[in-house]
Amino acid sequence: MKKINIEKKILSENEKCAIENTFFFTEQKKLCLNMISSPGSGKTTILVETITALKDKIKIGIIEGDVQTDIDAERIRATEAPVVQINTEGACHLSAVQISRALKELPVDDLDLIIIENVGNLVCPSAFELGEAGKIVVLSVAEGDDKPAKYPAIFAKSKVLLINKIDLLGHVDFDIERAKDDARRLNKNIRIFPISAKTGEGMSQWYDWLVQNVEQEKMRQ
Amino acid sequence: MHETMIAQNLLAQITEAAKAQNAKPVAAKISCGKLNAINDEVLLFAFEAIAKDTLCRYVKLQIEHKPLRAKCKTCSHVFSIEFSKPQCEKCDSDQFELLPDAPLMLEEIELETEKNHEKN
Repeated sequence: MKKINIEKKILSENEKCAIENTFFFTEQKKLCLNMISSPGSGKTTILVETITALKDKIKIGIIEGDVQTDIDAERIRATEAPVVQINTEGACHLSAVQISRALKELPVDDLDLIIIENVGNLVCPSAFELGEAGKIVVLSVAEGDDKPAKYPAIFAKSKVLLINKIDLLGHVDFDIERAKDDARRLNKNIRIFPISAKTGEGMSQWYDWLVQNVEQEKMRQ
Repeated sequence: MHETMIAQNLLAQITEAAKAQNAKPVAAKISCGKLNAINDEVLLFAFEAIAKDTLCRYVKLQIEHKPLRAKCKTCSHVFSIEFSKPQCEKCDSDQFELLPDAPLMLEEIELETEKNHEKN
């Protein structure tokens, strides 16, 4: 028997492509964010509201990842924002090469911000870098306040946590302070915005954060 | 379920390394951190399924899980963190900082040499 040392990252192909995507975004001075959550947390509604509220300030393009259908892309298209749908046909996450292909179909020159709506899943997408500047994790209150503790990887890796559907707080057992504390324990720098995409509560802080980060990206030398 | 894609990448890397040595791979050791979200059973199943009928069909996978380290903000102790009990093992403080997680790596492979030709 002969042993050979390899010491190579298993996802190096994905990582290589993610680095190329990062290089592209940096060169173009475009902010790219990767939005991750369980199915049904309200990612698409958040995006529709965000695009509409910010349409005079920043131009947003969307890459939609879904296992099947273009239902979500249709909802984005109704806002007139450019959108590219990726159907993963069963795969539970998006990979960097799919983003690199989708970017060719987006009018990147006209955009300030590209948001990737990942496949609904709190586990797998956290393991695949796409070249984004940051991850946004969405947790809706109906899912339970124990999710940061149960699915630590995505909360540890995200820049922003959006706690959505806070209009339901009186109807579900969700201790918002517990969710915040658990997320901060995993990630001391995480920005947390409690929001309701439906009623608009808390959304202005999230919009301010986005606008500020898009501007920082444009100003970067 | 991302284990399927990991298995495909792994298969490609083992095959490449074995072909370069002109030998048959029989074992591979991989390591991963706590935040890679690897389920051993799923990865072993996925690897076995795609390795069937390939050069890697005899490969036994060994998966080593590396602990996630954290540094206590109260007493500066560095410890392996358990998410079921997220606190410093020395002073029980829950104020800590996570240190970088170990990446998912193919560490080494074992190749069959002529002497143990018929093993497996």
